[in-house]
Amino acid sequence: MSELKLPSIDYAALAPTLILLGAALVGVLVEAFVPRRRRHVVQLAVALLAVLGALTMVVLNANDRLITIGGAIAIDGPALFLQGAILVLAAMALLLIGERTVERGGAFVAQAAVTAESADDRRQAEGAPGATEVYPLTSFAVGGMLIFVAANDLLTMFIALEVLSLPLYLLCALARRRRLLSQEAAMKYFLLGAYASAFFLFGVALVYGFTAGIPGRAAGVDFATIHAAVAESPSSSVLLFGGMAMIAIGLLFKAGAAPFHVWTPDVYQGAPTPITGFMAACTKVAAFGALLRVFHVAFEGARWDFTPVLGTVAVLTMLVGAVLAVTQTDIKRLLAYSSIANAGYLLVGVLAPTSDGVSGTMFYLVAYGFSVLAAFAVVTLVRDADGEATHLSRWAGLGQRSPFYAGLFTFILLAFAGIPLTSGFTSKFAVFSAAFDGGQGWLVIAGVLTSMVLAFPYLRVVVLMWLSEPGESTPAVVMPGWLTSAALTIGVVATLVLGVFPQPLLDLAAGAAEFVR
Amino acid sequence: MSDFPFLSVLTVAPLVGALVVAVLPRRRPELAKQVALGWSLLVLALSVVMWVTWQTGGDRFQFRESYPWIPNWGVNFTFAADGIALVMLMLIALLVPLVILASWHDAESSKRSVPTYFALLLVLEFTMIGVFAAADVFLFYVFFEVMLVPMYFLIGSYGGHQRQYAAVKFFLYSLVGGLFMLAAVIGLWVVGGKTFDWVELSQVDISTGAERWLFLGFFIAFAIKAPFFPFHTWLPDAGGAAPAGAAALLVGVLDKVGTFGLLRYCLPLFPDAAKWFAPWALALGVIGIIYAALLAIGQNDLKRLVSYTSIAHFGFIGIGIFAFTSQAATGAVLYMVNHGLATGLLFLVVGMLVARRGSALISDFGGAGKLVPLLAGVLFFAGLASLALPGTAPFISEFLVLIGTFSVNKPVAVIATLGIILAAAYVLWMVQRTTQGTLNPALTEVEGMKRDLNLREKVVVAPLVALIVLLGFYPKPVTDVINPAVQATMQDIGKTDPAPSAGTPQEASR
Repeated sequence: MSELKLPSIDYAALAPTLILLGAALVGVLVEAFVPRRRRHVVQLAVALLAVLGALTMVVLNANDRLITIGGAIAIDGPALFLQGAILVLAAMALLLIGERTVERGGAFVAQAAVTAESADDRRQAEGAPGATEVYPLTSFAVGGMLIFVAANDLLTMFIALEVLSLPLYLLCALARRRRLLSQEAAMKYFLLGAYASAFFLFGVALVYGFTAGIPGRAAGVDFATIHAAVAESPSSSVLLFGGMAMIAIGLLFKAGAAPFHVWTPDVYQGAPTPITGFMAACTKVAAFGALLRVFHVAFEGARWDFTPVLGTVAVLTMLVGAVLAVTQTDIKRLLAYSSIANAGYLLVGVLAPTSDGVSGTMFYLVAYGFSVLAAFAVVTLVRDADGEATHLSRWAGLGQRSPFYAGLFTFILLAFAGIPLTSGFTSKFAVFSAAFDGGQGWLVIAGVLTSMVLAFPYLRVVVLMWLSEPGESTPAVVMPGWLTSAALTIGVVATLVLGVFPQPLLDLAAGAAEFVR
Repeated sequence: MSDFPFLSVLTVAPLVGALVVAVLPRRRPELAKQVALGWSLLVLALSVVMWVTWQTGGDRFQFRESYPWIPNWGVNFTFAADGIALVMLMLIALLVPLVILASWHDAESSKRSVPTYFALLLVLEFTMIGVFAAADVFLFYVFFEVMLVPMYFLIGSYGGHQRQYAAVKFFLYSLVGGLFMLAAVIGLWVVGGKTFDWVELSQVDISTGAERWLFLGFFIAFAIKAPFFPFHTWLPDAGGAAPAGAAALLVGVLDKVGTFGLLRYCLPLFPDAAKWFAPWALALGVIGIIYAALLAIGQNDLKRLVSYTSIAHFGFIGIGIFAFTSQAATGAVLYMVNHGLATGLLFLVVGMLVARRGSALISDFGGAGKLVPLLAGVLFFAGLASLALPGTAPFISEFLVLIGTFSVNKPVAVIATLGIILAAAYVLWMVQRTTQGTLNPALTEVEGMKRDLNLREKVVVAPLVALIVLLGFYPKPVTDVINPAVQATMQDIGKTDPAPSAGTPQEASR
């Protein structure tokens, strides 16, 4: 029996992930041992400190370019940049998750297992302190995302996908109010997510089979092997294309791209709003991080084969997101369709075959994450006695009731619409210019045309808020606690700064655009 | 003194003023108005100094400044003005204080905050100055788009009937044009070697196909902005719903961005495509002149009528630009200035009438001259100026455009001349139905109609009337500034004037 050789492990490079997963475990222990009334503060502190600690480690590792733990994890420029982005956005999301002054007990239900709409359920909706399990769940999800963007083989990527998805399914089910909607959202997300994972796994198997068919090479699913196999493959292979398509389906599902987007509006609407923001920002970063790595590292040699297909998906995604956003009457669903359309713009960046495409996509992810978290922060504030007032008709005249918050939301909407001097414009410019430069002019045209359509729903909300008279049922904006205020401030300031002075982040992204293989 | 960074200071000053006005307490509207007026006068003073500093016969672009902004994309804060930009900057600096003065009580009728109205006017001035002062295509695009936001809120929040519809239509039309331009801007950046500098881009060789597409992207944006037929339908709505002051700026300045863009970007950057598309552009111009004039005749709403007259005038400007002779182009630029003065005056006077009567419908007036003779007189004068009566400034520009066009394209010039007759029809009918004839008895019951122009309103109209007459007899100060820039633009597209067969038309026009 031959001796088992242990792979070398660079613990410093893995530290961000380890800190997060460790913090999640500590969180589980806190649930068990800390008295109930102190748990919220302790859990929030543990999660926030873990995120900030991990962020520090990412910054300290900033110059690492290595592959560790037996080729499973690649810590390179994109991985570090995206990990940093996920951590910053997760910190913002945690601020929203931790908010308890806007609604008594927070945005989360105390006991998810109580039958929805029963008397008990109604009682606990009125201020029973929310479940504190959300913090370890969030930490697990963030930990999974950190692995997801750094995974250097398809199996590690699959495990990371599951680690980040399972807590998210649960988190979606924990809304304090409208329990049925929330549970339905979680169920839908779980079932469809399970399908998507299965697709991904099938794809991995097919790709393994493809690499095994290349003579004179060991089979494997690490990206270097796949890259070499694609380069040496004598002819186009059904196994390769089938596997690539299935892997793409799994990843595009998480990214919310059409035609794998159908879960997005329901889940965004049903999930507790802070979690919706978390998904819209962090999950997007993770999903596109993985897409970038898979298509720029593993399948790079098949670029001419996948670009037309993914390009079609991008166009479809932009179209579906933009056109369906027009008809929405619920602000969370509107933002969901807008996030679908944005997934399309991000795909445009992914398909640009240059390092500008990678850096542009990464810039877009950060910029969009800040804006979308700020947008959902405002959504948590517009509420009445029954919780958030998400129907658009309730937002009529909000500009007169609460000009300050309506102004902030208008600014964010202008950013989504891509008006200059906001990050929405600079990020669109980044991906579009990279795509144009990379010979994908048709995607730019599609992006511009859908932007025109997409401007209309945003403008409709602006019109409602400012130009309509407040109705009987227009709620006032609740004064946010300091946590939400902090998240909102960070989001809006980042949207402005990245729109006016994007240079530092562009530099950072450009310097981190090279993958290691 | 010429080292002073005029353009950047001039651009930023109104923005600072807007911030100051915006933070003034809502309960002290008078203070906000005074600060806004004072600030805009300061900007005017600065631009007068700039005008004096301008070296006639000097470089094509003067006051050039450049600071790095986004080096990764080659974007700079580059400001520079040629003669065309300079006269437009002067027009803006002149119109804004007058509009502020004319809008003194406009915002009070709405429930919205008064300081915000004046802050928005100053923000608008910031973006308008920026768009004319920019010499970096990216910077130009930024101002071009941001300009929509203050105007959107001016129309939407402070406008009259149907303001929401008009504001959204205005925003969407302009945004659509802007996004076409964005695609073209990115394309230009890629084929131009990743620079946005105007001077560098104007020397780039572009393949014929790409050039035509890029031209089209810019042209659509400018044609919507100007607006040319058939992209014009937003203007009557926006002009009709906007408060009179904002409408004067909208038609007087904002729309000139379109024609300015054609001269500064479309022609020099894509000369061959411009020549290829010129017949189409001329056709749009001619159709616009006739069609908009006919629609203007049929209007019963004063503000919409003035908006339609503007569309007809933009047809003339378009012809002047695409005739590719220096007289026509000089005429077009002069037209941009004169039209800003004449239509600005017309909109402001109409606004005064509408504010008194409480209605913009011509049928609600009749014989108003008997109640407010002075106001009626100014309306008549503004009307005559906008139909280009000899002796008023617009006559010179219209004449230059027509003779410049006639020397190269007789049919277009002949058809366009018909527009003058139609202009006489819509102006004179409008004046007749509002201020002449028997007094409409309903008018005597309206309290406002008993007050003729007060001192504030006289101060508003006097400078405009004076300038229209002055430039009508002595346009040389303006043409001297414009001419070198126009000559340079004509050189950019490689067009020379046809040799005159008898006498020189330019001398004849002076």
